[in-house]
Amino acid sequence: MTLTKPVENEELKEKINFECETGNYHTFCPISCVAWLYQKIEDSFFLVIGTKTCGYFLQNALGVMIFAEPRYAMAELEEGDISAQLSDYEELKRLCLQVKRDRNPSVIFWIGTCTTEIIKMDLEGIAPKLEAEISLPIVVARANGLDYAFTQGEDTVLAALAQRPNPKQPENLSEVINKPEDGYVEHLPLILFGSIPDPVVNQLTLELKKQGIRVSGWLPSKRYTELPLINKGDYVCGVNPYLSRTATTLMRRRKCKLIGAPFPIGPDGTRAWIEKICTVFGIQPNGLEKREEDIWEKLKYYVSLIDGKSVFFMGDNLLEISLARFLIRSGMIVFEIGIPYMDKRYQGAELQLLQKTCKEKNIPIPIIIEKPDNYNQVDRIRDMKPDLVITGMAHANPLEARGINTKWSVEFTFAQIHGFTNAIEVLELVTRPLRRNQKLEKIGSQLYTDRR
Amino acid sequence: MKLAYWMYAGPAHIGTLRIASSFKNVHAIMHAPLGDDYFNVMRSMLERKRDFTAVTASVVDRHVLARGSQEKVVNNISRKDKEEKPDLVVLTPTCTSSILQEDLQNFVNRASLETQADVLLADVNHYRVNEMQAADRTLEQIVQFYIKKAQKNKHLDTTKTLEPSVNIIGSFNLAFHNQHDIAELKRLMSDLNIKINSIIPEGASVQELKNLPKAWFNIVPYREIGLLTAEYLKDEFNMPFIDTTPMGVVETANCIRKIQYILNDNNANVNFEKYIDVQTRFVSQSAWFSRSIDCQNLTGKKAIVFGDSTHAAAMTKILTKEMGINVVWAGTYCKYDKSWFEKEVGDLCDEIVITDDHNLIGDLIAKVEPAVIFGTQMERHVAKRLNIPCGVISAPVHIQNFPLSYRPFLGYEGANQIADLIYNSFTLGMEDHLLEIFGGHDTKEVLSAGLSVNPKDSEIKWNLESQAELTKIPGFIRGKIKRNTEKFAQQQKMETITLEVMYAAKEAAA
Repeated sequence: MTLTKPVENEELKEKINFECETGNYHTFCPISCVAWLYQKIEDSFFLVIGTKTCGYFLQNALGVMIFAEPRYAMAELEEGDISAQLSDYEELKRLCLQVKRDRNPSVIFWIGTCTTEIIKMDLEGIAPKLEAEISLPIVVARANGLDYAFTQGEDTVLAALAQRPNPKQPENLSEVINKPEDGYVEHLPLILFGSIPDPVVNQLTLELKKQGIRVSGWLPSKRYTELPLINKGDYVCGVNPYLSRTATTLMRRRKCKLIGAPFPIGPDGTRAWIEKICTVFGIQPNGLEKREEDIWEKLKYYVSLIDGKSVFFMGDNLLEISLARFLIRSGMIVFEIGIPYMDKRYQGAELQLLQKTCKEKNIPIPIIIEKPDNYNQVDRIRDMKPDLVITGMAHANPLEARGINTKWSVEFTFAQIHGFTNAIEVLELVTRPLRRNQKLEKIGSQLYTDRR
Repeated sequence: MKLAYWMYAGPAHIGTLRIASSFKNVHAIMHAPLGDDYFNVMRSMLERKRDFTAVTASVVDRHVLARGSQEKVVNNISRKDKEEKPDLVVLTPTCTSSILQEDLQNFVNRASLETQADVLLADVNHYRVNEMQAADRTLEQIVQFYIKKAQKNKHLDTTKTLEPSVNIIGSFNLAFHNQHDIAELKRLMSDLNIKINSIIPEGASVQELKNLPKAWFNIVPYREIGLLTAEYLKDEFNMPFIDTTPMGVVETANCIRKIQYILNDNNANVNFEKYIDVQTRFVSQSAWFSRSIDCQNLTGKKAIVFGDSTHAAAMTKILTKEMGINVVWAGTYCKYDKSWFEKEVGDLCDEIVITDDHNLIGDLIAKVEPAVIFGTQMERHVAKRLNIPCGVISAPVHIQNFPLSYRPFLGYEGANQIADLIYNSFTLGMEDHLLEIFGGHDTKEVLSAGLSVNPKDSEIKWNLESQAELTKIPGFIRGKIKRNTEKFAQQQKMETITLEVMYAAKEAAA
């Protein structure tokens, strides 16, 4: 990493306690990223090459979305595909031509699954040939449950996108982009990566504009045909904590310089994120402190609800470190941060901010458990009795039935949580079970079951 | 390869897990990659279960690909044995383990040497069977295992109970209105003075399976799951079984007559005709309802039916034989059950459709333009798009299909529920139709005049970007956001609304 000194990482290792358990935990399969990516990239089509198991997961996890003519489908493998009686190339060609005819997308994403890994289907090899034959770009991402958890699916897709050669832009476009304009400081191009809803893209872009920083492009863009130009020496910065492969790809393959910053989640994170970008471009941040204060002022009511309360992250979507840091700043005590995978380099600045936050709030740094074991965690939850457990749906109802407040973790993935404007959404989510229980007080919070 | 957006039946392992987790104190261990334990979410969310689902994964990751599972599966089985002390551990293969071709049976043999629990490998192949077939097979496998075990230990008691008694085979989790159906069946049996010997698998202990042969007969309410077990018990112990689904008054009567036949065959000397008559004419409302004037309007209306074979066949019979409705086509996605389905409803509808392709079903619905659809959640969505009323009669399930109130589909109360479902679907359609003829609700203008924005607000301009942003906001809150933003702009004395103003208004509203 270009901008985080290795020395600091060494220091971190001593101070934060990292542990690794058995990896027996519940999370979504990474192919779920098609759910938000097909909506984000409007001219795309996602073809998940897998089995009925994958299809059943998508169908059930994505609920109603499936009926709105989604731009994704399964290429369901049959016995003939597994035993190689059918030609992968011919089969994929047939399906992709059908997709092209019916939907006319600008790009087809192939999502490789566990099955294509095990039978070693050469998707990366087939794609360029087929791409030429049907004259439609094909991007291959291996988002499988053998290697990745939930949001890391987006990472594999964006990493694949980052490797695509620069799109052909209309000639005058570079002039438009580089045209000096009022209010912007002159700096090297900055490209932000991470899929977030368009309103949030606008919000963060405007936030940087206030500091005179121009965002040259986003990966991904709204349309595949609008992919940003990425050139050697450009600066890149991530908005989501689970994008380490994308970051690596941009640095190694595209020779970009990564700005290692905390992530713009919570007013503290957003300010630190902007400040870090400003520092890199040698800009003195303007009015950020006031902006952060104003947001905290608006969060007062929510903060009063959670101040001094404890929270336990079981871990399933890699947003955990950033959320925990924001919640500690809001006055909560974090017992445990479970996380599927911890990239100490990519998340370096975020870990430092966590450390700093704990120091300032004068509380011990929570233990970070990589690849947690849900069974052991439930044991610890029983002992610790936290005020709130952030967890997946497999555990939420059983924990509630045992008198433990839960918040379903997947909502943080689908809600708008980035930037100053949306800090309130995070606390809305976190306080919802607490607010609900205040209202239900009269019914009582005794245990509803004592089995198992 | 097959291009698929949607499927009616799930993969095989879901069937196995549904059976395993229906039993009390049985733990299933899936040999599967991370994320395949989605079953736990479904059970916890759809059925709102208070207990942790007794399913864990022995995770298949890169290491397993490289070196094989080795000790991992065995360790996971013994670990669960110690932690949960289950009676039985079911090792469940998935599509992934199907292709890895590890010798799972060997793991089971090794693990069972050191566990207190019995250990079984579910005998299902992902690429050959679907969810329902796998569930059917797993139930048979578990029953067979415990019967054989009892035979071996000479614990098997096959003497029949003194009073007439029955096993109900077909209570599972994640099945369509199943809990209510089983309650209704229990009530029916108690009306007929038949003791319940056992209800499997939901809530049953595997230890009680050895008592199954003590019942006089078995009843299998759903074709999809339970027939293999009933056939096995028939072959092994000559136990008769009834596979007539008591759905609708006519079929319920048929089912009861079959019970009567079996009991009399065993010298019980019963006559249920009076009971059937009283129930049909007075207790259940649906027979009278179909003769009432309201129902006359339904005569000859066009309907289509699609679902699993049990529910689609029963529904077709009710619509045609009990309500006089014209079923244009009836179909099922249980392709393996084709001949039975054709035999049951062949005479009752114009055409039979056997497919699991939802696109084809959608097209056929659009072509026929029926007055009503009875189908699965998928057909409900097709119906919504085409503006046709729809009643859901079969899995695939949705959280709405796990109602809190008593909603059986079986027995006499079930007949009432179905009559309501049918009638309400039609009236809604009719109401809609009449509204259209008379030009909609006449309160429309009054309402919008009263609730609309202060006319002064509309003097504020929205620039192009903010207009575009506004259209992206979901319809149901767009009006509110528009009003709030305009109010904010007015207070700030701004004339044009830009993106910045929109976001500032959002923050201010917080």
